[in-house]
Amino acid sequence: MADNSKTSANHLKGDPNTTGHSWDGIEEFDNPMPRWWVWIFILCVIWAVGYWVFFPAWPGMNKATSGVLGYASRAQVVEEIAAFEERHDVLFAQILETEPSELANNEELHRFAVNAGASVFAAQCSQCHGAGGAGVQAGGFPNLLDDDWLWGGTKDDIVQTVTYGIRNEDYLDARYSQMPAFGRDELLSEEEIQQATHFVLSLSGSDHDAQLASAGAEVFDYNCSSCHGAGGEGDNFLGAPALNDQIWLYGGSEETVYQTIYNSRFGVMPGFTDRLREAEIRAVAAYVHQLGGGE
Amino acid sequence: MGLLDHHGKIERHATLLLVLSFLVVSIGGIVQIVPLFYLDNTIEKVEGMRPYSPLEIAGREIYRREGCYVCHSQMVRPMRDEVERYGHYSLAAESMYDHPFQWGSKRTGPDLARVGGRYSDDWHVQHMIKPQSVVPESIMPSYGFMMNRELTRKDAEEVIDIMGIYRMLGHPYTDEMMDVAMTDFFAQVDPFGDPVADRYPGAQQRNFDGQEAVTEMDAVIAYLQMLGTLVDFDTFVPDASR
Repeated sequence: MADNSKTSANHLKGDPNTTGHSWDGIEEFDNPMPRWWVWIFILCVIWAVGYWVFFPAWPGMNKATSGVLGYASRAQVVEEIAAFEERHDVLFAQILETEPSELANNEELHRFAVNAGASVFAAQCSQCHGAGGAGVQAGGFPNLLDDDWLWGGTKDDIVQTVTYGIRNEDYLDARYSQMPAFGRDELLSEEEIQQATHFVLSLSGSDHDAQLASAGAEVFDYNCSSCHGAGGEGDNFLGAPALNDQIWLYGGSEETVYQTIYNSRFGVMPGFTDRLREAEIRAVAAYVHQLGGGE
Repeated sequence: MGLLDHHGKIERHATLLLVLSFLVVSIGGIVQIVPLFYLDNTIEKVEGMRPYSPLEIAGREIYRREGCYVCHSQMVRPMRDEVERYGHYSLAAESMYDHPFQWGSKRTGPDLARVGGRYSDDWHVQHMIKPQSVVPESIMPSYGFMMNRELTRKDAEEVIDIMGIYRMLGHPYTDEMMDVAMTDFFAQVDPFGDPVADRYPGAQQRNFDGQEAVTEMDAVIAYLQMLGTLVDFDTFVPDASR
């Protein structure tokens, strides 16, 4: 049991008091807290009082006290965005004043637009079109590095596409077209689709069955040429891909082309007019345009 | 030093220390938590929020089951870089029908609070099957098995049970919604079915995964495609002082 004497036999003169208990003769000094620790503790308490005054802290009946500094994280983000816009105010305004097609004439402005566009592209576009803009081969996500455009490759065209997107219901100005599902909706027989497939393959010089292809010429002429052109050159106005080259959006194998004619395709893209500033849309269009294939 | 001597009593008495510590922690907790229930400015009133549709609940349950929240947060913080990348910062009201909320605390992948409408269904399907096919640098594992896991009436019944619980918790499911929940569950993957958006405005209705069967993939994409799309920020301007 504890021995309450604070000066036991082995307690030397000048030692601090003990806590008062002793286990088998082992005692514990009652040392004070280190002074630096105590001071930091006191400073923290004072800091907390200051914090209550300057920052939102105490809950009231309807809202918490807002603090002398009026700090609010929401107000801060509004300020940050305003500061960012002010910093780029002049250049953004210049981009908006310049026709997209004329942007490249002003070298400094164009450099700014391309760099700004590159960061917009990384955040908003790269998930589908790839970090480098090469799209996903045969995945239905178009390559933006080549000069094969679905909806036109001029800067104005690209601005339009980015602004409203493709085949979405969100914007009336979205680019829209719909290829019929020739097989699923029974517009063509299996045999006719087979023939059209081989004719399409022949347009780009791919391996094909010459006999089926020549039979498919007529099928193509009646059903496909109004959008894809008589020679399969495509039509940017209708978003109809060119079929006379080796650039394929979903792949150029016989099986894939057959599937495309049978079920049709419906590539979509969201519009960015509500997600980006107008100047940013122009900038990303300038970036995409200079990737290699701009018209 | 009289006061400190009294403190010595607490230090020497385990039960007293326990009781008093509990009291102190309770006060701290009450001061922080209770005001959230009554302060006007914790949850602002916004238009457009609605409870989840049956198929979305199924998608959300799969999202939880697969632990998506371990890598993906669902809260856009009020910071410029986040607002620029993901869209408007999240409002408390946007999680009002989340039990439990999916804010998360770790972003290995991107935030998903506003992923709705950002990608096509096709992209989601390809991405779930093999994330690296669309985002080569991704370290997300494949969830392609969801394409093969069909959702049956039994799954729909479970969802209706969950709706019942949500209703108990105060989600405004009407009797009509409960009655047609089974139909709604399957209608949402049928583009020609009874429009689910009549009861759940903003619900996406189409065949999400392109397969005839109703699968877990359909449910997850239906859920993802509505995330963060319900509040119209053209008409709603949040109070910046909050």
